[in-house]
Amino acid sequence: MTSTLSRLPALVPPPVDLPPRAAELRAEVRAFLAAERAAGAWSPRADVWLSGWDERFTRELGKRGWLGMTIPTEYGGGGATPLDRYVVTEELLAAGAPVAAHWVADRQIGPTLMRFGTEAQRRKFLPGIAAGEVYFGIGMSEPDSGSDLASVRTKAEKVDGGWELTGTKVWTSGAHQAHAFFALARSAPKDDTHRHAGLSQFIVDLHAPGVQIRPIPIITGAHHFNEVVFDHVFIPDDMVLGEIGSGWHQVTSELAFERSGPERFLSTYPLLAALIGELTAGPVDAGTRREIGALVSRLWALRRMSLAIAGALESGEAPELAAAVVKDLGTRYENEVVDAARLLVAIPPDPGAPDGFARLLADAIQHAPGFTLRGGTNEVLRGIVARGLGLR
Amino acid sequence: MNTELTELADSVFADAASSDTGFDAKLWATLEETGLARLTLPGDSGGSEASFADAAIVLAAAGAHAARVPLVETDLQAGWLLTSAGIPVPDGPLTIATGDLDIARTHERASGTLRRVPWARSSSVVMLAGDSVLLFDPAGLTVTDGSNVAEEPRDTVTVDGPVTAASVGDHAGTELRLRGALGRACLIAGAARGALASSVQYAGERVQFGRPIGKLQAIQQQLALAASEVAAAGAAADAAARAADADGVLGARFAIASAKARASQAAGEVARIAHQVHGAIGFTREYDLRLVTTRLWAWRDEDGSEAEWNDVVGTMALEAGADGLWPLITGAP
Repeated sequence: MTSTLSRLPALVPPPVDLPPRAAELRAEVRAFLAAERAAGAWSPRADVWLSGWDERFTRELGKRGWLGMTIPTEYGGGGATPLDRYVVTEELLAAGAPVAAHWVADRQIGPTLMRFGTEAQRRKFLPGIAAGEVYFGIGMSEPDSGSDLASVRTKAEKVDGGWELTGTKVWTSGAHQAHAFFALARSAPKDDTHRHAGLSQFIVDLHAPGVQIRPIPIITGAHHFNEVVFDHVFIPDDMVLGEIGSGWHQVTSELAFERSGPERFLSTYPLLAALIGELTAGPVDAGTRREIGALVSRLWALRRMSLAIAGALESGEAPELAAAVVKDLGTRYENEVVDAARLLVAIPPDPGAPDGFARLLADAIQHAPGFTLRGGTNEVLRGIVARGLGLR
Repeated sequence: MNTELTELADSVFADAASSDTGFDAKLWATLEETGLARLTLPGDSGGSEASFADAAIVLAAAGAHAARVPLVETDLQAGWLLTSAGIPVPDGPLTIATGDLDIARTHERASGTLRRVPWARSSSVVMLAGDSVLLFDPAGLTVTDGSNVAEEPRDTVTVDGPVTAASVGDHAGTELRLRGALGRACLIAGAARGALASSVQYAGERVQFGRPIGKLQAIQQQLALAASEVAAAGAAADAAARAADADGVLGARFAIASAKARASQAAGEVARIAHQVHGAIGFTREYDLRLVTTRLWAWRDEDGSEAEWNDVVGTMALEAGADGLWPLITGAP
C-alpha cells in the first residue's frame, strides 16, 4: 500500500491561517454591511453574485478599497493579498449583499489583466474596476459549446489593424449592463489533433458596432443571462488579451481562482441563516438539531478547504484538482441547504414575498439548477479530479 | 506543513503495515524510539512537546497504514490525563476507559467492570471518574478480549485491586472526549486516503470490457466523489488540529465537533465507494482493502458518531442564532 499511497496526489493544499490584519478588515466590512442593512439599502438574497446587480452598492465598496484588492496600487487597486480579498468576499456573500455588478470584474478580469494584459490595458481598465465603475462579463460558452469549450466556433479573422469577430456567445451574465467582456474565439482553423490550439482571447467593448445583446431570461423570468452576437465586430490589435493562440492556456489557468472561492458554497447561505432564524422561534427536536449540525459542520469543512486553496493561490500555485473538489462538494452543498430548509420548516416558498425565509427559499429553489452547471458542470469537474488521480 | 515529520511517519507506518491483528509491539518500540508515541506530551512525561497539527500528520499516516497501536489513547488521552493530574506516566502504551462505567471506589482500591476498553490487554489502563484520574495496577485487572469491527482490541476489564488516584479540573471530561474525537478524526482522514489510494490503484489494474475499469466514466465519477470526501475529511481534521493549537482543546470545541462529524460522514461514503470499485475481491479476507475500510466503519462511531457531534454543532448553531451563525463558522465574533 506504500507506493500506492505515495502516488496519490495531495487533494487539498496545507491549511492556512488568515493574516492578523484580517480580523480588523472583517470587522470593518461587517460594520459597513450592518449600516447598509439598517438603512434598508437592500435585503439579503440567495445567489446574489448572479442576481444582485446594484451599481450604487458596488461603488460604495470601491470607495472603501474592497474591490480590486489584489490589484497593485499603481493601477488603483489595494495591493492586498488573495486572503484579504477572501475575507471581504465571504462577508459580502454571507450577508446576501448585491455583488453581481462587480463580481466578474473583481474575481477574474482584474487578476487576468495583471497576468496577461498589456500595460495599456491595465491602465485602461483596472482603476475603473477597483473603483466599482467598470463592469465586465465573460464570453466563453456558445450555442454548440458548453462543457466542451475547445469546440467554440466564434471566429476571429485578421484584418488591417486588428481582428474581426463573428459568432455567438450565450449565458453571458450581465452583458446587458456591463461595459466589456473577454471573448474566447478561434483565431486559427480547428486542428482535431491539437484541439486546444488556435484559440485566443479578445477584450470586446459591448457597445461596439456589430455587437447585439439579447436577453435569455432564466426560469423566474429574470434577466441575467444574455446572448451576445458579433457580426464582423472590429477588435483593434491592442485589445487582444495575452498571446494570439494562447487562449486555452489563459482561460484554464484562471480556473482555480474561479472554482474554489466562497461563492461555490455560500450561494444559499442567507437561506441557511433564515432557516436558523425560523427554527429558533420555537422548540427544536434532536433530529432537527442534528440536521442543522450536519449542514453547519459541512459548511465549516468546505470553508477550511476553500481557504487552504486561497492560501495556495497566494503562494503562486494553481491547485486545479482541489478547486474542482471544492466546487463539486460546495455546489452540491448549496442544494442540500435548499432541501433542509424545505423539510425542516413548513413555510412554502413564495416568489412574491419581498424578503425573508419564503422569498429566499423560492429564489434558491429556482436558481438551484445553475449551481452545479456554471463554471464547469460537476460531471466535468469530477473528470478533472479523475485525471488528477491518474485515471485519465 | 512539516515535511520531515510527514516523511518519517509515512516510512515508520509503511514499514509496519501488515494484515495481522493485535498489538504491534515492534512498531510501538519504533514509535517510542522516534518520539512519535508521546508526540504532544511534555518532556517530563516522556513526550516530544509537539503541536496538534503535528499529531494530525502522524495519526493520518497511522490510519492510512492501519497501524495496530493505541496512539490516540496513549498520547492525546491517557497520557494527557495523567500529566494533568500529576501522576507519573508509566512506560509503554496507555489506554483510556470511558463509557458505561460501573465502578465502586474506596481510597486506594477500585472494583467494577469497564467495557470496550481499547487495547486494554496490552496497555496501562487509565480512567476518569468524576474529577478523579485513576491509574490501575495491572495486578488487579482481569481482561476479557473483545474487538471492534476492525478487529482492534476493545476489551472488558474487571477491576479489583489497587489504584493511583489524583484529582483534575472541572472540564477534564469534556476535554478528554474532544481529544478522542480529534484524534479519531485524524485516523479516519488517513484511513480514507488509504482506501482511496487502493481503489485508484485497483481501478488502473483491473481489466474488464477490454480496458482498465478506471477508464470507464462511471468508475471515474465514483472515485472523484470518494476523493472529495477524502479531501473534506483531511481538511477538517487538519483545521481542527490547528484550532486546538490556537485556542486550546476546549476553545476548539466547534472545530473539533465539526471535524469529527464531517470525517465520520466521509468514512462511510469512502468505504462504500472503495468496495464498489473493488468488486467481490475487496469483500474477501485475503485482500487488504478491509484493513482500512473496517477501520473506517469502526472509527466513524468511536469517540462519537456524526449524530453525536452534529448534535453538538447544531446546538451551538441554534444558540448562536441567525446572526451569530456566521461569526461561529468563521471563528470571528
